[in-house]
Amino acid sequence: MRIGIVCPYSWDIPGGVQFHIRDFAEYLLGHGHQVSVLASADDDGALPDYVVSAGRAVPVPYNGSVARLNFGFLSAARVRRWLHDGRFDVLHIHEPAPPSLGLLACWAAQGPIVATFHMSSPRSRAMIAAYPILQPALEKISARIAVSEYARRTLVEHLGGDAVVIPNGVDVRFFADATPRPEWQGRADLGRPGTIGFIGRLDEPRKGLPTLLSAFERISHQRPGARLLVAGRGDEREAAEGLPPHVRGQVEFLGMVSDADKARLLRSVDLYVAPNTGGESFGIILVEAMSAGAPVLASDLDAFRQVLDQGAAGELFPVGDPDALADHALRLLGDPARLAELRAVGSRHVRRYDWPAVAGDILAVYETVATGAASVAADERVGLFARFGRRV
Amino acid sequence: MTTWILIVIVVLAFGVYLSWTAGRLDRLHSRIDASRAALDAQLLRRASVAQEVATSGLLDPAASIVLYQAAQAARQADDEQREVAESELSQAMRAVFGEEEQLEALRSVPGGEEAIRELSAAVRRVPMARRFHNDSVRAARAVRRHRLVRWFRLAGYAPFPMTFEMDDESPTPLYSAT
Repeated sequence: MRIGIVCPYSWDIPGGVQFHIRDFAEYLLGHGHQVSVLASADDDGALPDYVVSAGRAVPVPYNGSVARLNFGFLSAARVRRWLHDGRFDVLHIHEPAPPSLGLLACWAAQGPIVATFHMSSPRSRAMIAAYPILQPALEKISARIAVSEYARRTLVEHLGGDAVVIPNGVDVRFFADATPRPEWQGRADLGRPGTIGFIGRLDEPRKGLPTLLSAFERISHQRPGARLLVAGRGDEREAAEGLPPHVRGQVEFLGMVSDADKARLLRSVDLYVAPNTGGESFGIILVEAMSAGAPVLASDLDAFRQVLDQGAAGELFPVGDPDALADHALRLLGDPARLAELRAVGSRHVRRYDWPAVAGDILAVYETVATGAASVAADERVGLFARFGRRV
Repeated sequence: MTTWILIVIVVLAFGVYLSWTAGRLDRLHSRIDASRAALDAQLLRRASVAQEVATSGLLDPAASIVLYQAAQAARQADDEQREVAESELSQAMRAVFGEEEQLEALRSVPGGEEAIRELSAAVRRVPMARRFHNDSVRAARAVRRHRLVRWFRLAGYAPFPMTFEMDDESPTPLYSAT
């Protein structure tokens, strides 16, 4: 199949959507499909050969924060040329609603179009105002995919209609095969104090690090020797402010870690905690933790509940409640049998997020919309007179 | 004079808008046709695979008869009865493949593995195709409800689009067997 994928974000900036597209494109290429990805990029030289640059994204205030978007005449012309040159069987647009490449491609194309909706945000005023403008473009999409049940609900609320749920893919083997690092292991399974892992931006309050740190005060008090390993970008001095010195000594900040180290960290810890307080539509980090065999304790967000199979594949605690977090963590660290059980359930549960399963489902969507349909083409605007001529 | 020019411009702009909306509706109708054809193809595929498994001798006689009858009825149903017949096929498949043991038994006979793969591919695609179809119907209905579309009869003689309603829940063991 000839597949064209539109990535709405800058290829040079790391992010969940970009990684998803990269891994999926490489999976498809490995299975004999032809793939071209259209993405914005600051530096054309550093792109892999299946990525086509749509030019530099411009930072503009949008939807309450500064977003990097592609729009304007030049970007639209590049989108058209890419569509024309590609002659794709299927066009797959990620995030078609924000005013960037996705929307431009949706405007410019006709034929079998598949769209994936990643975001899940409460109804915003901008979206309601933009609805009449968006609708003619979005109604060209033949198949919609939402990355989680939660994202699907957002989509139905905002735009009506329906979507199939296909989760983001994870390279399960990469995490399962990583070698643990002895200095990160706490060996709670042997009755030792244990280590707790956290990965995420330190200065992003929605990632929930403050909740975890205040819970850890009690954990380290009742379980002396337990350590907390924190990986992620941000100012560690600011993050650790207010921690008593003896607790501070048990918290290790690892800074930004590479993908390989992230896998090794998840492989090593006795418990992975996701104390997020909101803003998550999927929670890929939980799938990665389970792939690495780490037992997961996560806050009870809709998205996390979904990923953890309603609490069967990992434990949940009330959002933003450090006491409940400490209770759960202490009980789990003191119960090697339960930890082993969570490891086993988790690694069985993640199979549905593994690339062969996820890519198989996405390809099934492609086949459903592309069978018998013409290939994707630029949408030639029919002039007024031509239309009268055709319709009479 | 200027008033006349203004009136002509407004009338022209209105004409362009109507023409554009008619084109939009045209495209939505062809999207419905395509998604309906895709749904029919998936339903037919599911019924064929079910029938093939039922007649292959891989299942016990009772299960074979239940599955065969439901698949046969689904394939031969006319448009009026289609939704009911397809729902009954879903129910029959849930009854036959509802237990993991049945799949294990099927897997152990020669040709069983392949049959399971075909079946699970078919039961996964039917709900997909149905969602895509109903989504296109909803989009077309939203435009057709528009006042201007009704007044100017922009939808022409195209029939009012109908969703396809059926029970498409698949047997759990089959769904997760990929």
